[in-house]
Amino acid sequence: MQYNWNWGIFWQPAPDGTGVYFWWLISGLGWTLSTALLAWAIALALGAAIGTLRTTPVAWVVRLGNAYVEIFRNIPLLVQMFLWYFVLPELLPKALGDAMKQMVPPWASFWPAVLCLGFYTSARVAEQVRAGIQSLPRGQGMAGTALGLTLPQAYRFVLLPQAFRIILPPLTSEFMNIMKNSSVALTIGLVELTARARSMQEFTFQVFEAFTAATVIYILITLVVVFAMRYVEQKVAVPGLISAGGAPMAGH
Amino acid sequence: MFSGFDFDVIERSLPYLFKEGMTFTLTLTAMAMAGGIVFGTLLAMARLSSIPMFNVPAATYVNLMRSVPLVLVIFWFYFLVPWIGGWIIGAREPIQVGAFWSSVITFTLFEAAYYAEIMRAGIQSIPRGQVSAGQALGLNYWQTMGFVVLPQAFRNMLPVLLTQTIILFQDTSLVYVLSITDFLGAAAKIAQRDGRLVEMYLFVAVVYFIISFSLSYGVKHLQQRIAIIR
Amino acid sequence: MPMIEFKNVSKWYDRFQVLTNCTTKVEKGEVVVVCGPSGSGKSTLIKCVNGLEPFQSGELVVNGESVGAKETNLSQLRSKIGMVFQHFELFPHMTVTENLNLAQVNVLGRSVDEATAKSMMLLKRVGMEDHAPKFPGQLSGGQQQRVAIARGLAMDPIAMLFDEPTSALDPEMINEVLDVMVKLAQEGMTMMVVSHEMGFARKVAHRVIFMDRGEIVEDATKDDFFGKPRSERAVQFLSKILHH
Repeated sequence: MQYNWNWGIFWQPAPDGTGVYFWWLISGLGWTLSTALLAWAIALALGAAIGTLRTTPVAWVVRLGNAYVEIFRNIPLLVQMFLWYFVLPELLPKALGDAMKQMVPPWASFWPAVLCLGFYTSARVAEQVRAGIQSLPRGQGMAGTALGLTLPQAYRFVLLPQAFRIILPPLTSEFMNIMKNSSVALTIGLVELTARARSMQEFTFQVFEAFTAATVIYILITLVVVFAMRYVEQKVAVPGLISAGGAPMAGH
Repeated sequence: MFSGFDFDVIERSLPYLFKEGMTFTLTLTAMAMAGGIVFGTLLAMARLSSIPMFNVPAATYVNLMRSVPLVLVIFWFYFLVPWIGGWIIGAREPIQVGAFWSSVITFTLFEAAYYAEIMRAGIQSIPRGQVSAGQALGLNYWQTMGFVVLPQAFRNMLPVLLTQTIILFQDTSLVYVLSITDFLGAAAKIAQRDGRLVEMYLFVAVVYFIISFSLSYGVKHLQQRIAIIR
Repeated sequence: MPMIEFKNVSKWYDRFQVLTNCTTKVEKGEVVVVCGPSGSGKSTLIKCVNGLEPFQSGELVVNGESVGAKETNLSQLRSKIGMVFQHFELFPHMTVTENLNLAQVNVLGRSVDEATAKSMMLLKRVGMEDHAPKFPGQLSGGQQQRVAIARGLAMDPIAMLFDEPTSALDPEMINEVLDVMVKLAQEGMTMMVVSHEMGFARKVAHRVIFMDRGEIVEDATKDDFFGKPRSERAVQFLSKILHH
């Protein structure tokens, strides 16, 4: 039993004439990064808003926020991917649905993938933001309003700046998750990094070289993000304010 | 807005969806949970060991698994397991491993990395004095772990372990990339055969939601009860 | 042959020395109280006896076996030495009886019935027989510590180590624990006790060891220690804790 290693495979031309296999993987990486970064912007904005709403004193707003989080947390990502890609265009008004279906290839998978990952991750970010705000001493919000700040101002200037510093480590791992989760989009045809490795394997039969390359790239991304976030954490650290490395959370 | 839809297709395919699909999903979840927790606990113990021969490989394994997407890991093992299996039994060719066992191995080894981190936190949450007390009574390493540390760590971490299992339950849907007939795979087959994607995928989403939501509600309840006991 | 003998034992955490050339011994049937200010190394010293704290130089012989030696079976040695901790360290997920049975069954190989009979006998001796089916969390600190003493005794130890057994207790519970210890001492148990309870020391100790900054500053008979302590440090320490 012997496997024929061929590490030179990355420098051989790919069948679609776009260059060598190495560039296949790099273009896959490009789609992985752009999907993840755009989705992250959505997740952060929506997650911050919904997480904040869940800490307000208004009962129905809190319940609505909770429902949002539960829905996105309790349906598998892959199923959500199918809902955005296959189901949503059918449920939208006809003109809009048709427009979605008529998008040209990379975009037809790219936009549903971005929206899907953005909304999915926003629920997880919302959960972190809520936990971060609620971990602050109750007196902080009161002190803010006692100074004459409005409730939104108290959030803007007192609560959120502290909460975000506290939840920086869990947010970092959510960012890693969105990067890894973008690979699920290969099921709706997005040719990101994992999909590229898979098709390279199909064309060349060099299974282990292709997957090793993809694995190494994912590890490099992880290392870059971890070091970058460590730098950011130091930058925004306030002396005497501790961060929550604490309780373990289940997750990916 | 649902006027053009045919929800009968769901009723007609219920036996197939649940008897074939959901059975596969639940069996895979249960086996990967059991295997993952056992292997994960061993990894956690190795990682907390002061001996580099144990803690370095364990840490490397856990960090590696946690840096790579599950989809890629599924592909890896789908191709790797036949080679490793062939190498173990000394065969000339990679051996045939069925889709089911390939997924059980994949999910066990992948989730073990996540369970390991949970168990590591659990073991570290046990006061050092408990270990000393066990040792002072003459218990050896495995006895101290087995009778004193792990039962407490496991109980403290039970809610997190169960939450991770709910995630595992949802994750198993990714075997779709190997064209396996799990719950989602079964639904996808019918959806494509009958051209009823909307109905089938909505139904799948609702079923997953109901199961995961009830389970996580149960975990929340359990967590409050444990908090009272402590 | 002494039951416990320290010969020039020294210990470092990295470069910080916590024990410096400690030499002393405990004879069979002797009760030795170790005292000293916090951070003086007395807990570390007592934990060396059953190998819970490793040391880097010197020799420590317990019941004829060298604790630091490679060929010594530490688990076996530990099973012969009872230990009582400051924070009791009962196993919270086991009942009182299960706490006492655990090592009897799994280390000494006693049958469950045999172990239970022994446990009940000892619980009776420390006045805890009515609490046998309870979990540690349902007991007061004093009750937990009495159970912990019974747990140590269940192994039929040749010596008992006490690491500040009363310092985590509310004042009103200290005496119930000390009473058990006094009784044990009067029955002839070999005991090494880290404690600030000078009343206990006066009553049953044969010798008192005073430690400061990792050194054994004084090692004297009870009467000498309380009658004419020689070192300035011991005098200061005694006047501080006796005026509390």
